[in-house]
Amino acid sequence: MIRIVDLHKSFGGNKVLRGVNLQLRRGETLAVIGQSGCGKSVLLKHIIGLLKPDKGKVYVDGEDITLLNDEELHKITRRFGMLFQGTALFDSMTVGQNVSFGLERYTDHSKEKIHELVRENLAKVGLRGVEHLMPFELSGGMRKRVGLARAIAYSPDIILYDEPSTGIDPIRADAINDLIIRMGKEMKVSELIITHDMVSAYKVADKIAMLYEGKIIEIGTPEEIKNSKNPIVQQFIHGKAEGPIENW
Amino acid sequence: MFRKVKSPLFYINIFFEEMGEVGLLIFRTFKNLFKKPWEKGIFIQQLEEVGVRSLPVVLLTAAFGGLVFALQTYVGFHRYIGPGSETYGGPIISLGLSKELIPILVGLMVAGRVGSAMAAEIGTMKITEQIDALFSLGADPIRYLVVPRTLACFIMLPCLTVFGDIVGIAAGFFYNVVLMGVNRVLYVRNILLYMELWDVFSGLIKAAVFGIIIALIGCWQGLKTEGGAEGVGRATTRTVVIASVLILIVNFLLSKALPANL
Repeated sequence: MIRIVDLHKSFGGNKVLRGVNLQLRRGETLAVIGQSGCGKSVLLKHIIGLLKPDKGKVYVDGEDITLLNDEELHKITRRFGMLFQGTALFDSMTVGQNVSFGLERYTDHSKEKIHELVRENLAKVGLRGVEHLMPFELSGGMRKRVGLARAIAYSPDIILYDEPSTGIDPIRADAINDLIIRMGKEMKVSELIITHDMVSAYKVADKIAMLYEGKIIEIGTPEEIKNSKNPIVQQFIHGKAEGPIENW
Repeated sequence: MFRKVKSPLFYINIFFEEMGEVGLLIFRTFKNLFKKPWEKGIFIQQLEEVGVRSLPVVLLTAAFGGLVFALQTYVGFHRYIGPGSETYGGPIISLGLSKELIPILVGLMVAGRVGSAMAAEIGTMKITEQIDALFSLGADPIRYLVVPRTLACFIMLPCLTVFGDIVGIAAGFFYNVVLMGVNRVLYVRNILLYMELWDVFSGLIKAAVFGIIIALIGCWQGLKTEGGAEGVGRATTRTVVIASVLILIVNFLLSKALPANL
């Protein structure tokens, strides 16, 4: 479904991605793990077309999206839903307007149908009667859930999550993990999750890939990752300060 | 403690890079001007933000601009030409206000009030990934953010200038006729005799150009914001400084280029 081939990206002199190869199959949930600042979010932004690579290809169902202009790209992004790290809710709009934003642009539904879908999608993430609230009136966990409702509202078939459990307490993070699992099962979507939270990665992912120094150094099922012989993977998954990964 | 002084080549490079960014933004804005869907809601909201909400500040600056202009022309005529000649102050005040002072005052006020707000709003959206979210939800950031703001400024700046012209000329009339006792009939007759409609129109053309400058600079600075709250602060300051300087430069160039009368 999504195939990334030899992806390179630099910012100034800083080489962030140095030849990433990765594949997400239909209906699969893939977690990409790695240190903070290792380029996980940069990788995600290439998949949705927000960044253009210096070198390499990103294929979505066989089509190379790196060659598309913005208008052609919007036909592809219609298939993606994205939960941003800081939720990126539009702070000048109500919760209802945030959730209906993609619906108004990507579908031909009537206003009544859009209102109904907004209520329905907010209910899916466990929120009711919040349509009229502004984002600043919500807690961190609620904001994440509204962000998720916005991402799934127009029924995309690929959902991208950028650090879904960051910035919220462990109980709410677990509730978000349950939501991600439910989305995958109920909506039969493919999911790509960027995280450095191993609890979350083990719980939700079918496969885990580790990004280190701009490359995917290991990929496998959660069990295979746990039993990896690679000392870098072992240091990261156990969260140890001592080891081959530099701390600072 | 001391910053290393960079070579002139570095600054020349930055200058051309930024000119390229602005050029690209202008091109993309005009390209998106005619593409659907039109963001009517945002456009109407911006008309209110740029126009209606700027009325109080334009009222005050135009009134006091008119008063001080009237004061100095009265002194000038009274002292150097003689009592009775003050009635010729009317056309000079009206011409100076409508052709130069009001478009500039309106431009500077709107640059300070609206341009900085645009940079702050778009800059905050940039650093909180809201611009990326717009793109991922099918909205072109240029069509959604820049086009409605540019159109609103292009339309509302001339409207504010007409309002400022009326207030400024009325303030000049108030000072000369009501406070200083200049002959009312002659004062008004001289305005009507020497003032042309083109004088007002040339001021409106300038105001429309200033509107485009303010919106594009505010949006450009907002879209290139980096580095959190400090970056947003820098973007707003740069917007006001760049837009204000450009308004003064472009005003001179337009005054030179536009014919004195038609």
